[in-house]
Amino acid sequence: MTVRIQSDPFDFGAEANGFALNNNDAGAIVTFTGIVRNLPSGDLAEMQIEHYPGMTERALHQIEDEARQRWSLKDCLIIHRHGSLKPGDMIMMVATASPHRADAFEAAEFLMDYLKSRAPFWKKEITAAGEDWVASKDSDEAALARWSTKS
Amino acid sequence: MIDVLYFAWVRERIGLPKERIDTQAATVAELVEELKAREDRYAAAFADLSALRVAVDQDLTDFDAPLAQAREVAFFPPMTGG
Repeated sequence: MTVRIQSDPFDFGAEANGFALNNNDAGAIVTFTGIVRNLPSGDLAEMQIEHYPGMTERALHQIEDEARQRWSLKDCLIIHRHGSLKPGDMIMMVATASPHRADAFEAAEFLMDYLKSRAPFWKKEITAAGEDWVASKDSDEAALARWSTKS
Repeated sequence: MIDVLYFAWVRERIGLPKERIDTQAATVAELVEELKAREDRYAAAFADLSALRVAVDQDLTDFDAPLAQAREVAFFPPMTGG
């Protein structure tokens, strides 16, 4: 169970391979990667990601703990970057390892849904015209709500 | 004394990331009222509490949360990670 918050890029392939090797008794590994999305106009120059050091790690560990209570997980990995990123850069990844693929898929979705609106990160988009903080979406809250209706 | 932290546009609007405040506020809401009374930039940042989230000692909570024993309070907009 690993949480890493870093400004440096990460090597997704190496991380995924290492995670699989460390969990050779799991059978199912699911990974998700989030990348910086350009604007429809193609004008995004930079995305800045701010976070709350200390609370970020704490929130992510709590989210991981919750996932481990709900599903049969052998291991989880969460990497999230902060600082200045460009379109196409990888922002974050999660990986889950389980004996069963359904658990690995669901836990990965759960981690993503919680991470999006409960971990203290904020995105700002920079274009030639100026800069804007990215607004949270109602759909992100809706995605969270589906986990609380399940027992 | 309590450390008060601001993030994202709240930090930009108030103009600093962190300050130490001497307060007798019993709840987050009381602290917000004290801050709003200070200067216009605070009043502007806290004008619409529905646009803000608060954490006390690095746990998300709400504006009626008590501040007894709290060391750190943070104000920020809804989070946009992932």
